[in-house]
Amino acid sequence: MGAIYTLGIDVGSTASKCVMLKDGKEIVAKSLVDFGAGTSGPKRAIDEVIEKSGLSKDELDYVLATGYGRNSIDFIDKQMSELSCHAKGASFIFPDVQTVIDIGGQDVKVLRIENGAMTNFQMNDKCAAGTGRFLDVMAKVLEVKVSDLAYLSSLSTQRIAISSTCTVFAESEVISQLAKGTDKCDIINGIHYSVANRVVGLANRVGVRDKVVMTGGVAQNGGVVKALEEQLGRTIYTSPITQYVGALGAALFGYEKCSK
Amino acid sequence: MSIESLLTKFNEIACNPAKQLSDYKASGKKAIGIMPYYVPEELVYAGGMVPFGMWGSNNKIITKAKEYCATFYCAIAQLDLEMLLDGTMDKLDGVITPTICDTLRPMSQNIRVAMSEKMPVIFLAHPQNRFADYGMKFTASQYANIRKELEKIRGSEITDDEIRNAIKVYNVSRRERRRFVKLAAAHPDVITARKRSDVLKASWFMLKNEYNEMLVELNNELEKLPVCNWKGARVVTSGIICDNPTLLKIFEDNNIAIAADDVAHESRSFRVDCPETAGDPMMALAMQFAAQDYDVLLFDPQSNKNRRGEFVAQLCKESKADGLVLFMQQFCDPEEMEYPSLKKALDDAGVKYIKLGIDQQMRDFGQAATAIEAFAESL
Repeated sequence: MGAIYTLGIDVGSTASKCVMLKDGKEIVAKSLVDFGAGTSGPKRAIDEVIEKSGLSKDELDYVLATGYGRNSIDFIDKQMSELSCHAKGASFIFPDVQTVIDIGGQDVKVLRIENGAMTNFQMNDKCAAGTGRFLDVMAKVLEVKVSDLAYLSSLSTQRIAISSTCTVFAESEVISQLAKGTDKCDIINGIHYSVANRVVGLANRVGVRDKVVMTGGVAQNGGVVKALEEQLGRTIYTSPITQYVGALGAALFGYEKCSK
Repeated sequence: MSIESLLTKFNEIACNPAKQLSDYKASGKKAIGIMPYYVPEELVYAGGMVPFGMWGSNNKIITKAKEYCATFYCAIAQLDLEMLLDGTMDKLDGVITPTICDTLRPMSQNIRVAMSEKMPVIFLAHPQNRFADYGMKFTASQYANIRKELEKIRGSEITDDEIRNAIKVYNVSRRERRRFVKLAAAHPDVITARKRSDVLKASWFMLKNEYNEMLVELNNELEKLPVCNWKGARVVTSGIICDNPTLLKIFEDNNIAIAADDVAHESRSFRVDCPETAGDPMMALAMQFAAQDYDVLLFDPQSNKNRRGEFVAQLCKESKADGLVLFMQQFCDPEEMEYPSLKKALDDAGVKYIKLGIDQQMRDFGQAATAIEAFAESL
């Protein structure tokens, strides 16, 4: 019997990610395009992962889509929520995970995991505070790249208090701090703390248990991870493929469907 | 009529309240707006008029009402005012404004100021202490005032016998709606979340004798159906209102059946019958209000016992639901304040649940869809 190839596609609000899995354990190829739902991003990410794998669409045994734009992909076998997929993907990388914090482009999710399956979750309300979008807005106001936020934050000597209630209010506060001549690094430190503050409130509703794993694009920002660790009083584990965790979970679910 | 035909008719009525109102008016009937909650509609019906439910709108945006309301008013109340201001409700002959929550109290005065030249605005204050004799006397006196105002609109007296007859019709309606809720849970393959909502929502826009006739026919047909072997999840819904078709379609897309509800717009409004008495029908209506229970809007002298939370948890168990979906109406203080107690009762009972923040002005349900789908996957 030949190998089983499954494709997981995670169409987020700001990026599209794909993971091709062989026999439910080996990542054959992966792709990431920084454009999400409603753009050419998903198609480009799919084309790229297929090209990298050297396979054709016909050779795929199962395709499962997840993420905000999961309903927009037409050749899939099934779609599932990104919460279940992040839980699956995180459990694959960290088998003893009990809490997953996923900060994506436009929402925050905290998942309780028991024996590899999601048993409870909380999502943010209809508000961008605490999400990747919040960091995008702040980076724009500060005239820095989002990817530089973690480094700049590490240069901070004191933390400036920034509102965690509302992105619009926080933006006004940042502009006000800039007008006063406050160091950008200190403002960024405050912004990271503000994001963490918002997420911790959500996490405590679920109940945080070790091991805590952070997934999603914001997990690449060491400043936010550090602020979260400080406020939770726990170590937070991340993976080098943190942005692909949802797509990985989708590919794993796909493999389970094939195996049944 | 077939089940399908009846459901189509309920859908047409639920989706076209303006047409219902126009048709009733064209037939010579008078109509009275009924705002939430616990209005003794029987008095309106007894006066030969149409009680017309006002539970906001899923199709309007608040603009004119902003002149009167702070941002943190609940959208249902604001949209009621909006529909009064923008002419949608011009055909009404009056409106009854209860004042049972902190939003409705000032809203009753906003409506009085905005509308009193256009139509009679009838104030209704329910007592906090509804059980004691003095509470029931107060309720009866408030209802007597409504009766008097309705008599002015009608142009003649509303007799006790007319009220007794209205109570009978309404008790039939409540009983049939409770029966429908059980039948809908038994046949979710036929009565999907949207169809269930249509049937219950239509009751707010129809004369109850006409509604009862259709509902009894539907219930009798549903009873004849073979047992449904439902493979999907079953949930209890809770909250003030949950009638948005786009939101309810998410339930259908994820094979989720509604096993029972604790929704103000639905079951909370027909849980308690009114005593049918040869005595004073006004006191009977007051006794009915006194018997209302397990509602965040009602005073509970034993609130430290978390009776309501346990009632909802028990509802989940009795209806064999896999979980509960709480529709948290934005800016609804009573529901928000009660949430920790409800959460505790559900946790203690081992009932899984999710809380979805909703607002009648929401047009995108992407986040709600994700949450409902994930919830179904976790059940």
